[in-house]
Amino acid sequence: MEVGQLQRRFLEYTASLFNQGLLDAQFQQLQQLQDESNPDFVVEVVSLFFEDSEKLLNDLTIAIGQQTVDFKKVDAYVHQFKGSSSSIGAQRVRNACIAFRSFCEEQNTEACMRCLLQLKQEYSLVKDKLQDLFRLEQQIVEAGGAIPMLEY
Amino acid sequence: MARSDVFSRKRWSEKTSNNFGHDVHVLAVDDSLIDRKVIERLLKITSCKVTAVDSGIRALQYLGLEKNSVGFDGLKIDMIITDYCMPGMTGYELLKKIKGSSTFREVPVVIMSSENVLARIDRCLEEGAEDFIVKPVKLSDVKRLKDYMFGDEKQETNKRKLSEMSSESDITEPDYSASPSPPTSISESSAESLSSSPSLDSSTTLSSPASPHLSTTSSPPCSPSLLTSPTRRLKMTNLELD
Repeated sequence: MEVGQLQRRFLEYTASLFNQGLLDAQFQQLQQLQDESNPDFVVEVVSLFFEDSEKLLNDLTIAIGQQTVDFKKVDAYVHQFKGSSSSIGAQRVRNACIAFRSFCEEQNTEACMRCLLQLKQEYSLVKDKLQDLFRLEQQIVEAGGAIPMLEY
Repeated sequence: MARSDVFSRKRWSEKTSNNFGHDVHVLAVDDSLIDRKVIERLLKITSCKVTAVDSGIRALQYLGLEKNSVGFDGLKIDMIITDYCMPGMTGYELLKKIKGSSTFREVPVVIMSSENVLARIDRCLEEGAEDFIVKPVKLSDVKRLKDYMFGDEKQETNKRKLSEMSSESDITEPDYSASPSPPTSISESSAESLSSSPSLDSSTTLSSPASPHLSTTSSPPCSPSLLTSPTRRLKMTNLELD
C-alpha cells in the first residue's frame, strides 16, 4: 500500500478511536509532545502504561479474591489505574476506574468483582486498538512517510 | 551614558541567563512513572531543565533538606512541581517542608492532583503553593506556568529596556507583580466544585527564587546507592550547574 493510503487509514483509525470514546484529548497532548527529537514518545509512554496496568490488574485480582477484601488497598490500586489511564487519555478505562472506586467506597464486593471484569475488558480493548494504531504508524514509517496529525 | 547602558545590559543578561529562559531548572516529584515521563517531556519541551524524582523524601534529599542528602552547594532550583497524592510523604507535606526551609522557601511550588477538591486546593494555596494544577497536566498548563513565573522573551526585552533607563545602582530583580495575577489552573472538564478561583495573596507574586548564588564547584552526581529498581529510579537529568 502506498504512503498516502496508509496515512489516510491511520487518520481514519485514530479518528474512530476518539469517536468511540476510547481515547480523549490527553492522547492528543501526548501526540503533540512527539517530534523528531522524541519520535517514540507516545509508544514509550503507552508501553509504560501497559506494563503498569497489567501489574495493577494482577494485584487487583489477588486483592479482590481475598477472604476479607481490603477495600482501602483495592481503592489505592484503582486510584493509581485511574491516574495512569487519565494521563494517556484512555478515557473508557478511566471511567471504569471511577465507577469502580464508588463501589470500593460502598465496600460492595460483588459490584467490585463486576467492575474488575469491566476494567479488564476496557483495558484489553484499548490495548488492542493502540497496538493496531502503532502498527499502522510503523507501516507508514517503513513506507518512507511521515505520521500525520489529526487537525483538532 | 553608553557606558552605563553596557553595564546595565551585562548585569541584566547575567541575571536572565542564570535565572530565566532556557536555564529554568524544575524539580518534578511524582510517584507515577508514567506521569514523571509526561511531566518531564512537557517541561523539556518548554525549555526547562528537569530533575524528576519519585517521592517527597527523594525530593528533600535532592534539595539537601534531609539526612543522607546529596544536596550540593549552589543547587539552583527555579520551581518545584509535585503530585499531591503520594505514598509516604504527600505533596502537601513536601510543600510544608520546602516552605519551612530557609534555602528553598522562596522557590515556587506547584501542586498537581487528579482530585479537584476545593478544600485541598485552598489548603495548598494557604500553605504557600504557587498554583494547583488538575491532572492530567497539559502543555498549556506548563506553558502558562513558565510564562507567568519566568516571563517570555518579549517580557525580558521590555524589562531590559526599563532597566537600561534606570541607573545601574537601581537594578533590582524583575518585579512580576506588574503582570496579571496568575489564575489558578483548573481544567474546564472538572471544574464542578469550584465557583470562583481561590484568591492568591500578594505574597505569591514573584520574587525571584532566593537560591544561593551559584558556585562553580563541580559536585559529584547522585550517589549510585540511591538508585533503586529501574522502575523507580531517581532520575537525574541534565544536572548542570552553571
